[in-house]
Amino acid sequence: MRPQTLRKIRLASQVVFFGLFIFLLIKTEFHGSLRSTATEIRLPYPVGIFLEADPLVAFSNVLSTHALYHGLLWCLLILVPTLFLGRFFCGWICPLGSMNHFFSNFKSERKRGLQRIESNRYKKWQTLKYYILVALLVAAAFGGMVVGVMDPISLAVRSLGLSFLPGINYGLNAFLDGLYNSKLGALRIALMVLQFVLQALILSFKQPYFRQAFSLGLLFIAIMVLNLRITRFWCRALCPLGALLGFTSRWAIFGLEKHTEKCHDCNRCALHCQGGDDPVPGAPWRKSECHLCFNCVGDCPEDGIKFKFFPEARATVDTPQLQRRRVFAGVAAGVGLLPLLRSTSGFAVESDPRLIRPPGALTEREFLARCIRCGECMKVCPNNAIQPTFLEAGLEGIWTPVLVPRIGYCEPTCVLCSQVCPTGAIWEITSTEKIGSSQGDQNKKKPVKLGTAFYDRGRCLPWALATECIVCEEWCPTSPKAIYLHPAEIADGQGVVKTVRQPSVDPQRCTGCGACEHVCPVKDHPAVYITSIGESRSETNQILLRQGGRGKG
Amino acid sequence: MMAPSTNPLANPEPDSASRRDILSKIIRVGGLSAATVAAGLWLRGRSRRPEEEVAITLKPNFLVSADARYPQMVVVYGEDPRALVRKALDGLGGVRRFIGRGDVVVIKPNIAWDRTPEQAANTNPLAVAEMVRLCLEAGAKKVRVTDVSCNEPRRCFQRSGIASAASAEGAEIVLPEEHLFRQVNLRGDVLGEWPVLEPFIAADKMINFPVAKAHSLTGVTLGMKNWYGILGGQRNRLHQHIHESLADLADFMRPTLTIIDAYRVLIRNGPVGGDLGDVELKKTLIAGTDPVALDAYAAKAFWNIAPESLLYLKLAQERGLGKMAFDLS
Repeated sequence: MRPQTLRKIRLASQVVFFGLFIFLLIKTEFHGSLRSTATEIRLPYPVGIFLEADPLVAFSNVLSTHALYHGLLWCLLILVPTLFLGRFFCGWICPLGSMNHFFSNFKSERKRGLQRIESNRYKKWQTLKYYILVALLVAAAFGGMVVGVMDPISLAVRSLGLSFLPGINYGLNAFLDGLYNSKLGALRIALMVLQFVLQALILSFKQPYFRQAFSLGLLFIAIMVLNLRITRFWCRALCPLGALLGFTSRWAIFGLEKHTEKCHDCNRCALHCQGGDDPVPGAPWRKSECHLCFNCVGDCPEDGIKFKFFPEARATVDTPQLQRRRVFAGVAAGVGLLPLLRSTSGFAVESDPRLIRPPGALTEREFLARCIRCGECMKVCPNNAIQPTFLEAGLEGIWTPVLVPRIGYCEPTCVLCSQVCPTGAIWEITSTEKIGSSQGDQNKKKPVKLGTAFYDRGRCLPWALATECIVCEEWCPTSPKAIYLHPAEIADGQGVVKTVRQPSVDPQRCTGCGACEHVCPVKDHPAVYITSIGESRSETNQILLRQGGRGKG
Repeated sequence: MMAPSTNPLANPEPDSASRRDILSKIIRVGGLSAATVAAGLWLRGRSRRPEEEVAITLKPNFLVSADARYPQMVVVYGEDPRALVRKALDGLGGVRRFIGRGDVVVIKPNIAWDRTPEQAANTNPLAVAEMVRLCLEAGAKKVRVTDVSCNEPRRCFQRSGIASAASAEGAEIVLPEEHLFRQVNLRGDVLGEWPVLEPFIAADKMINFPVAKAHSLTGVTLGMKNWYGILGGQRNRLHQHIHESLADLADFMRPTLTIIDAYRVLIRNGPVGGDLGDVELKKTLIAGTDPVALDAYAAKAFWNIAPESLLYLKLAQERGLGKMAFDLS
């Protein structure tokens, strides 16, 4: 095969996988169907497949839980070929890598001709990613998945799903609104066509909002801008998945063969090198740094560089050349990370009362041992209820999911978040498990409880303002309702005594779904609100001593 | 060393600006400042305190003329929800009495909750589908089925079974999208300007198709309460004056026809329910042109509530929207 063709195939692969990634990200949303009669709602596509195929997610999941969650077995699809071929994932599949690649091609002052060639030579700082990986994996082994902050797929899903897509959605809607309000008839027809197309392709039914979307987006832009100075800086120096695949490449039987005798020292091979891996003859070629982009092969005018199975490779370096001291430093960082984080956040000692985790979430310790902060659960929630935390779960738990009932409540029969979670931090549950069994059932199963509702009687209309309301009771989805009403006589400002129905909560029946908080007409600061106490995932975050002697201390 | 002749700084005779040059520069900068001043003054003149969206005032009219040959209300019983609709319409003089050729018909079922048909929180999908079919058969140009749901609308429309059943019969399903709301002055006692979903004010005929359910504030939620679903905005404030709100809405929306689905009745834990134990199979349908009488009958029949004790019915009767006394001849 001609070298140029190979390069074109690589480009096609990047485009296809990036397109697939974006498509699945957009489809990480319940769209509903006006024709379907299905009452059990599931997503039609395997939207989390990129995360599930991510060997770093799988590897750290194994380290922290000593088992592999469901779909993470898909990681073999990447891992096994890497054993044979090397880091093909970085050059051919990784959506973040492809974006870095794209921005690296931008013409830039600092990357011209000789500068570019010089900057694409192997640099020692490229080993930084290996030390980062070591630290993150050690932390994972101790039960903290900080790795999710830097995992490239997780980063891409989080940044694009929570920041860019909602931003694009807002922009497109503003544009459509502008057209909608215009007086021109022709424009309105164009609008209808455009709206139809956009709705089918990308628009969300309701504008989603996410906390910290701006900073998440900014972080992502910063990573992209780095490429203007140094080609694929993230992939070369920081990416822990790249590092993991770099280690894995050591056994690869596919690689670069340099025919030094043909070389005229034109250095063109280094002009477009993605990995910073010295395709130039005379310098060693490192298996761990090459993205297999095949640019060097195509750029060589003398046909002096070849990729092949079982290459003759006298100048090949199999493993990343690390400094022992720095590896120790990485290990030390990994060992120290969790104790430091947990001693500041007061993990389990002083938990935030508003840290309401999505339904199916495991106990906080097990949850943090799994959650990679990819944001899939947040993206998929049809009520936009799940938001990234800032410090509610401590610095360790940054960007993990929290339910914010004021923005959206948790729909009783919806379990989409538990279906998309790639790591089982939100363990997969069915809607039947979530709502529990009905009244008449003998083997009564309890519903999943997220927390408990409480009244702020100083703000509640029937309690404080002598005004009828009951909206919270109307919406309460449990049967019998967890919110019950009691008639009371209360005098209004004119001294007129009125009878109003005052709401209270039965903590046994309340599931903490937050519907009451969501609809409370006291809009700014609701008179009924959920806190995490009573959540079924925790044995200790409980108020009531359970009946039947089954209570645990 | 640089040759002096190529160094512009060494040129002993700097170009003196010509008079024409100076003049044109002055004209340019003068014109620009004049334009800036003018633009500033003009923009300042435009400054107004921003006004809110101007509400439309309208009074939709969906009524058909009364016909003494037919009763104001019928109650029918049977096994099949579809057959019940046909039977009820036959009793009222046939669908053609209400729906004419070329009509744009809006059917307003209750699609408020993310519940399945068996849970009886929403209107029976088969009954709605049959009504769609009858309207189209009678020559309606378009039949729209819509509601402003409480829970996530796409989930409600799908899981209630109404979207699929009605669209299979040829109805246009309208989801309550944000851009479809219009600010309308309802001119009620308590309801002023509210966002109303556009199809409800852009129709020739309006069929109110609620489901009978228990409700803690009014005791029952029947026909008139169903009009909550035309509104957007913060309608959770309506409950503070629920009876007046209901009368205001009923006054604004006078439907061509009201059909109360009582095939499955949520007898407790309304209006959301959730447990099949709260549902009773009544296999009944109540239809008619007097919304007050219909609500009065359903309250009495299923919950044994005296209509006189329901303040909103009293208010509605006082406003001439119907009569509480029902006559089942």
